[in-house]
Amino acid sequence: MNVVILGCGRTGATLSVQLATQGHSVTVIERSPDALKRLSVYRDKVRVIIGNGLDHDVLQEAGTPDADAFFALTRGDNTNLMAAQIVEREYGVKRVAVKVADPQRAEAYKKLGLFCINASALLAGMCKDWLMGEEYRSVDSYNVLAKELEF
Amino acid sequence: MFLVLVGGGNVGIQLAKKLMAREHEVLLVEKSAETSRYLAAHLGSANVLNGDACDLRVQKEAGFPRADVVVAVTGEDEDNLIVCQLAKEVWKVKRVLARVNDPEHEQIFRDLGIDDTVSATSLIFNLLEQQISSDELVPVGALHRGHVEVVESVLSNRSTLVGRKVKDLQLPQGTFLVYIVRNGEGTPVDGETVMLENDMIVALVPISRAEELRQCLGCH
Repeated sequence: MNVVILGCGRTGATLSVQLATQGHSVTVIERSPDALKRLSVYRDKVRVIIGNGLDHDVLQEAGTPDADAFFALTRGDNTNLMAAQIVEREYGVKRVAVKVADPQRAEAYKKLGLFCINASALLAGMCKDWLMGEEYRSVDSYNVLAKELEF
Repeated sequence: MFLVLVGGGNVGIQLAKKLMAREHEVLLVEKSAETSRYLAAHLGSANVLNGDACDLRVQKEAGFPRADVVVAVTGEDEDNLIVCQLAKEVWKVKRVLARVNDPEHEQIFRDLGIDDTVSATSLIFNLLEQQISSDELVPVGALHRGHVEVVESVLSNRSTLVGRKVKDLQLPQGTFLVYIVRNGEGTPVDGETVMLENDMIVALVPISRAEELRQCLGCH
């Protein structure tokens, strides 16, 4: 598969390396050259574009129009949400996933049809099930806004 | 009216002052605590809220549900987009307006449902274009949320249009020459109108055809 990943932070770098070592064609868009250190010895297995993922030129160069999947994984929720919407609506990429750290914002955009992943909800849910000795559940059942956090 | 402004930079504070002078109810939301203190000292603490306006709980506290207008004027386009989308989709705010810092993003904002945008770069560019008078196609205003432009052009003695009839011009589709200002007086245009040097012509053109019109009029 052709996969474009925006953001070479811990999540972006880990996913890039995992997909690339399984033989997928991975392009990473990253603003800061320093962040590429996270790709470690797999640096040459990943295509890297240095630039702003909200620019059409950069998205084009990364091969977004031909991507099977796009992941927005920077640490900026709004950057991720804007990039994902551009990619989904303007490039027609079918599988788009967005990392959103703010649980309320993740929920709001899920309702608008974006696939948002709230990492803290996943982690908190798994911690709780581990503590209680319960079986782990599906990702979707963790990836929801807790009632206590509703706005 | 009750207006919520997001972003306490120069644009935000000046806008708040002007709106308050007109007796509107204004709340300026600013992320930095330090900037918020400064703003509160100048605008009054009732008119300033410290918080991240992209956070739905802050939006609720700021009164998004009853806001007549939400205006996002931070220096970050992605923040302005998200504030406006959430205002519109979650809180059903009737009018939202976003500042767009990168002119390339104007179209993206429209595609993502935010029709009303302001770009300082585009405004200054348009003003500069208006300074250049002869043989230039100058945008003087936008209609239909920017899809149709009102443009003007003054014909110099070098213009290939001088001496020709309007009906002999092959204008781009959807374009109308509506008016000629000649010797300071405006007159409507019909097919028989002959164009003269120093005429200022006023036209309506779909924004997608502006370049075609430019070529048709022999503009630079």
